[in-house]
Amino acid sequence: MTARLFLFLLVFSAAAGAEIPLAERRSGYEFMARETRAMQDDDATNPAALWLLDGEALWNRKAGGADKACAGCHAVEKMKGVAARFPALHAGKLVNLDQRINLCRVEQQKAPALQLEGRDLLALAAYVGRQSRGLPIEIAVTSESKPFLEAGRAAFQRRQGQLNLSCAQCHDQNWGKSLAGSAIPQAHPTGYPLYRLEWQGLGSLQRRLRNCFIGVRAEPYAYGAQEYVELELYLMWRARGMKLETPAVRP
Amino acid sequence: MTRVIVNMPATATRGEVIEIRTLAGHEMETGFRRTQTGELVPRNIITRFTCSYNGVEVFRADLHPAVAANPLLSFSTVATESGTLEFRWTGDRDFNVSHSAAITVV
Repeated sequence: MTARLFLFLLVFSAAAGAEIPLAERRSGYEFMARETRAMQDDDATNPAALWLLDGEALWNRKAGGADKACAGCHAVEKMKGVAARFPALHAGKLVNLDQRINLCRVEQQKAPALQLEGRDLLALAAYVGRQSRGLPIEIAVTSESKPFLEAGRAAFQRRQGQLNLSCAQCHDQNWGKSLAGSAIPQAHPTGYPLYRLEWQGLGSLQRRLRNCFIGVRAEPYAYGAQEYVELELYLMWRARGMKLETPAVRP
Repeated sequence: MTRVIVNMPATATRGEVIEIRTLAGHEMETGFRRTQTGELVPRNIITRFTCSYNGVEVFRADLHPAVAANPLLSFSTVATESGTLEFRWTGDRDFNVSHSAAITVV
């Protein structure tokens, strides 16, 4: 009897700190006002469409010492599903889509890397991401990538900053409630890079993570930091199977 | 690189009310912000948008500080005859962008 009660308590306490069950996951889209959803759904009103035009132009423009364009090697149709698989391993290193684009730029085009969070890189990432809109997120977990995923999970559950809060406390345990009048979403990165009305521009997932770090009064990492990419990997894995909305609109 | 997107029907029946939606890429600087050394950042906004239909102005908007970046303007007009609609955005720092779209009225 005592053993059974102990087992029950053990299971119950494990459930309290657990991740959101797969069927209960909701995209940030579902927490938005009707007007903001309409803005995202219509390509004529989604302001990120302006970046898509830039991205398309950059995709087709020759650059660097090799005088090659992205389009010279890759048909854009082949980019379908690519954004749904990042971050991914590249020569043993975990890279996100922006970093992967820069690797191609440096190694293949022989051009200087684009500035992280700069307009050009965001435009290219949005254009590549757009090809995967509507496709489910597929993060492959292998023995090689597992340590990165676990590092990301640990970061998600680690309390940090002056407010001593972990990502999980808001986004796993208190989603759906309000924080200063705004709904707390589940933190699924389904639409990055996205147009955030607060930013009045396009931004990456790392920029969004930076906002949360500042929110809990922790010191944010520099753009491109390994810690961010691990967190991105965990968040994408956590949203596995959910559909990509890139480029999304968020309040 | 300034981008604009205009969304409107390519064909319409005579007398039909058509909806036109325009999106212009622009950073927008209010003119009220200061740098760390206290200097005022000069205002940089779109101040006027006009739409003319075969040379006749059918819609005009004056924009002021506090307008969103990348403004979306949605308005309607009556399809009277086939021709061209000319859109023009003008503003600070000699900002001047135009775009035209054809419409066939049957």
